[in-house]
Amino acid sequence: MPLFSDCRTGAVLNSDVFAPWDDPQAKPLIQFQNVTKRFGEFTAIDNLSLDIFEREFFALLGPSGCGKTTMMRMLAGFETPTEGHILLGGQDIDPIPPNKRAVNMMFQSYALFPHLSVWENIAFGLRRDNMPKHDLEERVEEMLRLTRLEQFARRKPHQISGGQRQRVALARSLAKAPKLLLLDEPLGALDKKLRQDTQFELMDIQEKTGTTFVIVTHDQEEAMTVASRVAVMDQGQLMQVSTPDRIYENPVSVYVADFIGDVNIIEGRAAPSGEDSYQIDWAEGQAPLTASSPTGFSNGQSCHLAIRPEKVTISAERPSDAVNAVQGKVHDIAYLGNLSTYYVELANGIIIKAQTANTRRISRRSFTWEDPVWLSWTATAAVLLAN
Amino acid sequence: MRRAVLIAIPYVWLLALFLVPFFIVLKISLSDIALAIPPYSPTLDLSAGWAGIKEFFSQLDLENYVWLTEDDLYWKAYLSSVKIALISTFFTLLVGYPIAYGMARAPQEWRPTLMMLIILPFWTSFLIRVYAWMGILSNEGYLNQILLWTGIISTPLTILNTSTAVYIGIVYTYLPFMILPIYSALERMDGSLIEAAEDLGCSRFQAFWLVTIPLSKPGIIAGCFLVMIPVIGEFVIPSLLGGSGTLMIGKVLWEEFFSNRDWPVASAVAIVLLLILIIPIVLFQRNQQKQAEAEG
Repeated sequence: MPLFSDCRTGAVLNSDVFAPWDDPQAKPLIQFQNVTKRFGEFTAIDNLSLDIFEREFFALLGPSGCGKTTMMRMLAGFETPTEGHILLGGQDIDPIPPNKRAVNMMFQSYALFPHLSVWENIAFGLRRDNMPKHDLEERVEEMLRLTRLEQFARRKPHQISGGQRQRVALARSLAKAPKLLLLDEPLGALDKKLRQDTQFELMDIQEKTGTTFVIVTHDQEEAMTVASRVAVMDQGQLMQVSTPDRIYENPVSVYVADFIGDVNIIEGRAAPSGEDSYQIDWAEGQAPLTASSPTGFSNGQSCHLAIRPEKVTISAERPSDAVNAVQGKVHDIAYLGNLSTYYVELANGIIIKAQTANTRRISRRSFTWEDPVWLSWTATAAVLLAN
Repeated sequence: MRRAVLIAIPYVWLLALFLVPFFIVLKISLSDIALAIPPYSPTLDLSAGWAGIKEFFSQLDLENYVWLTEDDLYWKAYLSSVKIALISTFFTLLVGYPIAYGMARAPQEWRPTLMMLIILPFWTSFLIRVYAWMGILSNEGYLNQILLWTGIISTPLTILNTSTAVYIGIVYTYLPFMILPIYSALERMDGSLIEAAEDLGCSRFQAFWLVTIPLSKPGIIAGCFLVMIPVIGEFVIPSLLGGSGTLMIGKVLWEEFFSNRDWPVASAVAIVLLLILIIPIVLFQRNQQKQAEAEG
């Protein structure tokens, strides 16, 4: 997956980076134009506009009921927008029924036809196009090879494992070489280990076939792993659309910061203290915190400081060069094997999480319950948010 | 010990209510007609000891079965019964499938009510319902009155005492047996399968034909057998709604027994009917078993 890892790390030259969303010349494959979808009184999608580009692996991420599945079903053609339009390759697809769209979907339940063999399931869509027998057989075999299902071709769906069923569903939806593949919680039914392996497989297949993928998921780790861009949704609206690293490092709202990964949110009032630099008054009798932010805050404006636990350093003594340092005592420790999260209670009762890698064995852990500790972080570690 | 008792209960049930009556009927079918009480001979006389038993068995023969092949009434009646059963099963399927489909597609909260409506007729006596059809289908019946009143026809239709009336009666009576298994098959079907079919390029109709029908096949087969098996031996509907032209083996059996008082021939007719029915019953069991395996 060099294409995508590159665009995240920026390790290659700029011209090689896959980022059509930054290119004003690029024509999007899918355009949501002020789309609203209502079910009776309930507004599932609220005046939403979004561009998705060719060859993208786009993730729609959000809690259940946020409207992400509705977006997908509108793309597949099972729902039509109440207002606004959806364009596929510049063409308004609202009046096109699902069976006439160059869009295929991989269902959450996989929806494999139980009365057909794996082979026939994959051939199902091709048969509808009256593909010549020889081409059809070749295409099915190709799909079987792609998903490593050759030896299961003659089995029925109930005779194979969950992971294999997932691959059959993928092969079936890819067989017609759609312009756009929709994946509805594709890995939801798999256990964690298998899910991780399958994520990479999905990325591999996406790259090999060059198909545009739109994936719906509520699992933020999954979205971060597979996607070139992630859209965080809530209550029918897009909260943020960006690359996984930007979503994680530069969330635009407390909601996004909180939804993606673990975060400490400190409420306070901002006071400018230089260019892009702010002092935040956050608690009685505590020194103000320093944070830098490219977005402007007026003097005394209420703000939220979002700090990722892994960016907080925990130490026994106050680090001499620390910009931000607060004292507290260890309230709780979550031991995750490779990592430990320390829940440090400050004097005013606020709990701040600090995460460290467990480079030493647990018996030699530096801190334990009730130990007085110092937490420190740099000015750029935290993100200053207005809401 | 407890297990043995538990297992014994169904076997005792089967023995007492199926096998013993079956062997009694089989024995009568091998006997000769006699002017006596009971109206057949021989009867087993245990007081004569071993010789009596030997004498008893030596008198049993297949004469009645030979008779069934000699008089063409019987095989015609069997054939006609099977034909009527097949045709009425087909019509029951034609009427029952859309109803079952509609029920399965109905909103969740409506389904128990619809189910109730299907089962409700069972709360009235079967005989009364068939009599009610006589009132509807007769020349002066409600159906003719309505058709005459609306001006669709000018002379009353003769429906009662024809095979049409028999078909109507059978389809009406056995409809729930067709609907329920099909409904249960359709209801279990995952709705996303239809969406998947459409997504892969099927029209609505193709999706129905290629996915819904194959997946409801076990229900269709079960429903067809549940209707066909009892209809072959049906007696009440043809005798009340059908005329002299409707030949069914159930009616022949009844007449042999009660009009002719020829118990041995009647028993032979019954035994042959049972043998004919065993074929679809075995096929039905196979279908059920296959379905159970497919789900397991």
